[in-house]
Amino acid sequence: MIFPLVVDVTLRSGIADPEGATIERALPALGFAGVSHVRAGRTFRFDVEAPDEAAAMELAGALAHRLLSNPVIEDATVRRGES
Amino acid sequence: MTRIGVVIFPGSNCEYDAASAMTELGATADFVWHTETDLSGYDGVILPGGFAHGDYLRPGALARFSPVMAAIADFAAAGGRVLGICNGFQVLTEAGLLPGALQKNKGLTFISGPTPLVVTSTKSVLTRNATLGQRLVIPINHFSGAYTCDDATFESLIAGDQIILRYEANPNGSRDDIAGIANATGNVVGLMPHPERAMSTLLGSADGRVLLEGFLGLSLVGGARDPGSL
Repeated sequence: MIFPLVVDVTLRSGIADPEGATIERALPALGFAGVSHVRAGRTFRFDVEAPDEAAAMELAGALAHRLLSNPVIEDATVRRGES
Repeated sequence: MTRIGVVIFPGSNCEYDAASAMTELGATADFVWHTETDLSGYDGVILPGGFAHGDYLRPGALARFSPVMAAIADFAAAGGRVLGICNGFQVLTEAGLLPGALQKNKGLTFISGPTPLVVTSTKSVLTRNATLGQRLVIPINHFSGAYTCDDATFESLIAGDQIILRYEANPNGSRDDIAGIANATGNVVGLMPHPERAMSTLLGSADGRVLLEGFLGLSLVGGARDPGSL
């Protein structure tokens, strides 16, 4: 079976996020008030062929932690994507 | 004659500067393509600056899986001298040969220019010829140079005297002004500044020499010293 999955990679809490901070500083000038705690991240979408969803999620988790994220500074989470 | 391998990844762009600095200091420099798996015969290995594998995903993230990296890990484990400059430093952290990570600069700008550094440890193959507190002006040239690590790693770097170079005025948001670190045994070193671009006062600075002479195991008065000892 083919399982569409999504991996979200974000900087770990406590790690400075210059991109998120810059976006947050720009918002008031654009008229967006009341937005705080902006964190920038990346999303990866792909399909995994596996016997069941658990196996697909396990493979995606392994590649998310081995390649897509740097565990020193980033967290990676796997979720279901849309087919 | 000391023989240095200068690794080339697709996207490296400082390999000729690094090799030229080595030959100017009397060593032999060979280029080593990233698919090589044999580093026997080399006295040291340099991972030069550039954009290995386009810096796609993260700087160093894909280079870490190049075949040569397993050979470099073995070479380092056997006590071999390994120097990562700029992108090479990023590759070494991604590969786990040095602790921590290099993040995007604070301010999100690419920064470039001669930068004052202070030698804060001489317990490495790169800084063994320098003196503690010595001020060196060496060019930096990077977008992701802010050194980052968790508190436990930072404490171990301090305890092991592994922070070899600090910025005099922090240009990028690096933790504790860190510009370069060594592993616990001092034979693997990484730094964001480019010592190979500071080889001649005519071109701005010759302060890179004391570092690269140390890497080659040259004594201050000329002649070889035991390259294995710190």
